[in-house]
Amino acid sequence: MLIKQLSVFLENKSGRLNEVSNILGQAGINMSAFTVADTSEFGILRLLVADHEKAYKVLRENFFSVSLTDVVCLNCPNEPGALGKALQILSDNEVAIEYLYAYSVGESANVVIKPDNIGKCIKVLQEHQLELVKASDLYKI
Amino acid sequence: MIWNEKIECATRGEMRLLQGERLRETVQRIYHNVPSYRKKMQAVGLTPADILSVDDLAKLPFTTKIDLRDNYPFGLFTVPMSEIVRLHASSGTTGKPTVVGYTRKDIQMWAEVVTRSLCMAGVHRNDVVQIAYGYGLFTGGLGLHYGTENLGASVIPISGGNTSKQIQLMEDFGSSVICCTPSYALNIAEVLKEMKVDPATLKLRVGIFGAEPWSEAMRKEIEAKLQIKAIDIYGLSEIVGPGVSCECEHQCGMHINEDHFLPEIIDPETLQPVAPGELGELVFTTITKEGIPLIRYRTRDLTRLIYDKCECGRTLVRMQKCKGRSDDMLIIRGVNVFPSQIETVLLQMSEVEPHYLMIVEREGTLDTLTLMVEVQEQFFSDEVRKLQELRMKITRSIESILGISVNVKLVEPKTIERTAGKAQRVIDKRRL
Repeated sequence: MLIKQLSVFLENKSGRLNEVSNILGQAGINMSAFTVADTSEFGILRLLVADHEKAYKVLRENFFSVSLTDVVCLNCPNEPGALGKALQILSDNEVAIEYLYAYSVGESANVVIKPDNIGKCIKVLQEHQLELVKASDLYKI
Repeated sequence: MIWNEKIECATRGEMRLLQGERLRETVQRIYHNVPSYRKKMQAVGLTPADILSVDDLAKLPFTTKIDLRDNYPFGLFTVPMSEIVRLHASSGTTGKPTVVGYTRKDIQMWAEVVTRSLCMAGVHRNDVVQIAYGYGLFTGGLGLHYGTENLGASVIPISGGNTSKQIQLMEDFGSSVICCTPSYALNIAEVLKEMKVDPATLKLRVGIFGAEPWSEAMRKEIEAKLQIKAIDIYGLSEIVGPGVSCECEHQCGMHINEDHFLPEIIDPETLQPVAPGELGELVFTTITKEGIPLIRYRTRDLTRLIYDKCECGRTLVRMQKCKGRSDDMLIIRGVNVFPSQIETVLLQMSEVEPHYLMIVEREGTLDTLTLMVEVQEQFFSDEVRKLQELRMKITRSIESILGISVNVKLVEPKTIERTAGKAQRVIDKRRL
């Protein structure tokens, strides 16, 4: 249930995102999710890709600072209140969220969560019969 | 007025004789009281008997900041701590500061040379002297303070900062002399303008500026904006602090108080003395100091010596405004900064050699330091909060070691240019 997310350090200057996507594109790596956390000084690009090991390698070869982070991907219905229900469960069980991003495709939505305690997060969500996306499934999207 | 005419106007022969006598005494003292000096002399086969006059000076081994660090804190003191009445410190090349100790007699000698300097600048006992150098471990504030009291002028010991208060006291107390760093003088000029105070309404007449390099262009600017005479004073804490040398009203080089601090100019590469009048590194031997006498101390400041008689009547040798440094030390807002200090801080946060670049700029009248640090894998965290914490941690550590504020910028790996030889650690964009 663990999903490997790539995180890339970016300075706030134009063209850097473009460069990352070109490098991955040329290496034939597809991105399935993608978000940028930004501050006035710098940004952190977080992405889910089909082949994270290869992506990690090519980005490092191009002198980016890259790390791999374990995240959880929750699949919930694309309807009002669905996300709230999941977050309530995490909150009730004292699982804090460092950050989260989501994307919806048709009937369902995928929510990528970086919790403070990933083991507990998975356990709690599974206990409540919430659907977690497996890494192998996610990359097919 | 010449404070000590007998010394300041002595003939070259008289001065050399006095210097020779004092040098002999100093060498005796350090040889018998400081093991590390004795070892260094023995290593080159020297005994005190080999040093008879100033002509023998070049036989003695050099002393550097590294010797001060290796003997930290009090290893080079020639007297027991019971004789030391004051300690001052300045930046060392790494985390440890450079410490100097003064005996009661050293403090008196220091006051004497500062009083001479004030007289050179045209200050007299009726003046009101506002001392806006920092008071504390830094020698600027207390050095000028004791000299001014010794002269009999009135001291305003306001220390640095709080510019609007500085101006208020200038107006209310009628300050006629201001002592601070040249960049702070320009800052005062700027605030005067903002506060709509016409400098012509102030009694300010003379400024005594030092602790950082400044150009003739900057002198003209200060003189025009504050409507004063701007005098350059030189010193370093290792030798005594301010008052090692100072300009007279003719502003044609700084008269060295050479009856206390014996100057030489050497080639920083070959370490050999240069021909008279040539540019090179300034080296001082203190010949009256008791607390921590220094033998052939390499200042790393580049200048030349002028032995012609000055129009003011003084025969004390003059040194030109410093032309730069023979090491990588920077002076930012009067504070000595070594790239190695920054490196030490960064190394404490990671095992790997950090890549960094210091950029010094002058924004308006004040110098700013920006530090670019490459976010290598060992620094990188996926969380914004942790990176911001890292940035704050670097900022705070550097500020606490250097005592000046720094703007830390995290940049991507390989942003900072690599050169084949020594890494470029500093870009100084100030036009001094």
